[in-house]
Amino acid sequence: MKPAPFVHHAPRSVEEAAATLAQVGHDGKVLAGGQSLIPILNMRLASPAHLVDINQVAGLAEVTLTPEAVRVGALVRHARLEHHPEAYAALPLLRQALTHVAHPVIRNRGTTVGSIAHADAAGEMPAVLALTGGVVEAVSTAGTRDIDATDFFLGALETSLAEDELVVAVRFPRFATGTGTAFLERARRHGDYAMAGVAAAVQVVDGAVRDARLSFVSVTDVPRVVDVTDQVRGHEADGLDWRAVAPTVRDQIEPEGDIHATAEYRAMLAIELARLALDEATAKSVAAQYDSAAERGIAR
Amino acid sequence: MSEPTTEELLDITLTVNGVRRQAQAPARRLLSDFLRHDLQLTGTHVGCEHGVCGACTVLVDGAPMRSCLMFAVTAQAHAITTVEGLGTIEAMGPVQQAFTECHGLQCGFCTPGFLTTITAYLEENPEPTEHEAREAISGNLCRCTGYQNIVKSVLRAAEIRRERAAGTRP
Repeated sequence: MKPAPFVHHAPRSVEEAAATLAQVGHDGKVLAGGQSLIPILNMRLASPAHLVDINQVAGLAEVTLTPEAVRVGALVRHARLEHHPEAYAALPLLRQALTHVAHPVIRNRGTTVGSIAHADAAGEMPAVLALTGGVVEAVSTAGTRDIDATDFFLGALETSLAEDELVVAVRFPRFATGTGTAFLERARRHGDYAMAGVAAAVQVVDGAVRDARLSFVSVTDVPRVVDVTDQVRGHEADGLDWRAVAPTVRDQIEPEGDIHATAEYRAMLAIELARLALDEATAKSVAAQYDSAAERGIAR
Repeated sequence: MSEPTTEELLDITLTVNGVRRQAQAPARRLLSDFLRHDLQLTGTHVGCEHGVCGACTVLVDGAPMRSCLMFAVTAQAHAITTVEGLGTIEAMGPVQQAFTECHGLQCGFCTPGFLTTITAYLEENPEPTEHEAREAISGNLCRCTGYQNIVKSVLRAAEIRRERAAGTRP
């Protein structure tokens, strides 16, 4: 269980990294945290001739907050983002999801951007990027481009990234004010790959649902958003039975069976997790409005 | 670029358990193997080699990481603490002492990974509940099924740290 030989490249800048990627072409892989890549190399499921190790590249380890989004650089470890107070305040879904990413020791090394670039349908952060309508920032010698999450994920472990492109950051847009979010997942053992997981975002305005969306882990072929708003728009949030959206959800997921769960069990689990997550997100949206109303009351 | 024909050896310099160490190794050398084979520090154990079992966990700049999921070359210039750096038989670290008191060690293969993981965890959370202690070790596998005593060891280690800090023990 040792990797095949490769040439190690240690660029110091984004420009140098892009130039190296352009040189090595399809024989190259980018190494950031390596928590998904190195197991694949150790098991010789892949044996790239060149690794472009970006750990020395300056300027990629920043979490930046803008009024619109949380921008996460390619060298930000999961643990750092998980424990980032401003990122949590801006987008609680990040921490809600990150606590499910493998084990804490893996999160100390693995990067959020790497997990997204790896595009594993069993990964939590691709689902979060999809639900937020996020953007992947890619750099090559030809320049910089933004790729929407909807255009980024093509299939299992497959993205629209060109072989000479480096992901330097992702942007997770903030949700509309008062949106509640939840992330739920079931695994045989906490920290293992999920049998199913779901991220939910619900916006309640004046007691009525305005927007409700989901994205899944391990139950859709690529991370994408399942929008259930049409089913519930305008319904009173209080006492809403989210079981009503089960048929819509069932139509849009195509789980596969494996040693841990059959496809049908996975579908049932996903639907039930969706109901629970929508409930939790709704309650949070309602509570957020109550809190902000209370704050305004105090201000008066 | 063409396939590499001969493996280039890289100079790798890092600090291990407070001592500056240097050795040559190919780029593909895993940190776990580098510690064991190149630096002769065989306390770090190698189990699954894909990040699942946790036996190879070491501290990198104080944070626990899987040494089988790092290349030695990426540890260049960083500070590593292995199980050898946690204490000696004469002066055991709190977690080591707790493991001996609570029988947290059975066959001992997984122990180095538990000791490093728990040592770092108690820095972050010096007073864990039993549930938190269980969660803290959930990324490490013990195939002797010795978790009961390992959980006890985590809680006991937290006590020992407090006792030592209070100066109630020599």
